[in-house]
Amino acid sequence: MGGAVAPPMQRNMTDKSRRDFLQKSAQGMAVAATGGLIWSFLVRQEAKANPAAIRPPGALVEADFNATCIKCGQCVRACPYDTLDLATAGQDIPIGTPYFFPRDIPCYMCPDIPCKVACPTGALRADLSDIADSRMGLAVIDMENCLSWQGLRCEVCHRECPLRDKAIGIETHPRQISKHAMFVPIVHSDACTGCGICEKACPTEKAAIRVVPAELVQGKIGEHYRLGWKIDTPITQEFKPADDRPAAQDDAAPGEAPGLDYLNEGSF
Amino acid sequence: MSTSTQRLGPNGKPVRPFVMPDTLSGKLKVWRFIIYRRIVQFTVLLLFLGSVHWGWSVFDKPLLVGTLSSSEFLGVIPMADPFAVLQMFFTGHVLNAEVVIGALIILGFYAILGGRTFCSWVCPINPVTDLAAWLRKRLGFGPACNLNRNTRMIVLALALVLSAITGVAAFEWISPISMLHRELIFGIGLGLTAVLGIFLFDLFIVRNGWCGHICPLGAFYSVVGRVAGLLQVHFDGPTCTHCGECAKVCPEPQVLNLKKAAATGRVEPGDCTNCGRCIPVCPEDTLHFDWRPLLKNKTQTTEATDRRAA
Repeated sequence: MGGAVAPPMQRNMTDKSRRDFLQKSAQGMAVAATGGLIWSFLVRQEAKANPAAIRPPGALVEADFNATCIKCGQCVRACPYDTLDLATAGQDIPIGTPYFFPRDIPCYMCPDIPCKVACPTGALRADLSDIADSRMGLAVIDMENCLSWQGLRCEVCHRECPLRDKAIGIETHPRQISKHAMFVPIVHSDACTGCGICEKACPTEKAAIRVVPAELVQGKIGEHYRLGWKIDTPITQEFKPADDRPAAQDDAAPGEAPGLDYLNEGSF
Repeated sequence: MSTSTQRLGPNGKPVRPFVMPDTLSGKLKVWRFIIYRRIVQFTVLLLFLGSVHWGWSVFDKPLLVGTLSSSEFLGVIPMADPFAVLQMFFTGHVLNAEVVIGALIILGFYAILGGRTFCSWVCPINPVTDLAAWLRKRLGFGPACNLNRNTRMIVLALALVLSAITGVAAFEWISPISMLHRELIFGIGLGLTAVLGIFLFDLFIVRNGWCGHICPLGAFYSVVGRVAGLLQVHFDGPTCTHCGECAKVCPEPQVLNLKKAAATGRVEPGDCTNCGRCIPVCPEDTLHFDWRPLLKNKTQTTEATDRRAA
């Protein structure tokens, strides 16, 4: 097709309308982008995980939980102990999401987990079948204010713990120069569900045992520490887990010198 | 009124203004859809409240547990806000089947009832914005600034894009609708300040500002209604005198394109919220609710003739 040139007047008009259009759309996009930035700032601010929010049993990790919780409150209604509440706007817990304060009402660990059953979205994991496998948080003890750690015979948390001796154990601890030992509670993270019954039961003015999200307080030793008295894998000079090491070479030719590690070999 | 100033409509009949009846029964008749809507809005809220707080149940099954975001009816039928679920889908998370089925049920429900029927008949913000609009009219405020009605489509698109970017359902996290409804049922918090914000915005800044220009949930349902709305306001073209009374009360007057309506026999679906305000104020009885004749084979013209003959 040949280039059909528009008369100058018309071309000016189309130029003007095109410029108008481009300007308008640029402005529109700028407004939308600004609005989007403010909006996403608001949302990110709101969705920032509150370090202290304790979630119902089976809750996904905070970011996934925030994405999948539809804020319907069916878990709140399903809880027979009125443990759960939905965060209101302005609270420092992500808006509309369920949480509980164990010191007020803890989770009583219903074996049928009605809150999880009620959750329509899977924000509370549907595959959680044993309430003892839930990890709502981790109980931590403030030794400076724990009565047992002062040498008194309290141990209320230990006796109240629904997973007694698994989640909270009692150990003896020397009491300075006295010949009487202290009986101190110790929390074991491999069993503690974070239900908060201990926090509720703690008789001190402010609870000396509290449930907090595990990631806030729990450290990690690291793979390279080999606690030989605790693990059953053989200690070697290579700081690798046993299954990472290459298979032992048995096919060394007879008469050949053994490896440098021969001193460690049992046959020496 | 003298006959010399009497305007004639395009159908040759004199244009009559709408006159509010003097009698209470006449007034109630004019207000009937507003009354019905308040009853439905209040009942929906009450069902949620009663089931959550007073243990309302039928056959030992809790009646309606949850919120408008997601709920369960009689312990079996899941329901969910399809727009909320769509946003959560955009965050890239896999949801349980229950909430997806619930969203499809509600989507189907409003596809049949007309998408934005939710807005006028169920949404808890509607009484707030209706009050603001009524007050604005009484106080005679002019527009403080202009806002394109398609802004809501951009907000709708933004809600989905931001859900993908931030990883959480972007509108659900700031939605004053969810906030108000949730806090009415589960306890009052600062969410009511957002509702106050909408009220003031509608009252002082833009007429029908929130529902008519910004709300992405309304935009979502207007898309649904455009595709499939079955309950619509029927428009009996030949009787219309273009008096304009309907457009005066309509919160979305762009749907009352009378030429288009005369051609199609119905008010334009999509943005129409099926609030029914236009129906009783029409002095010619041109407008009434009707099921989109999907199941009937009658054409609009024969229907109109039938109506005139009746």
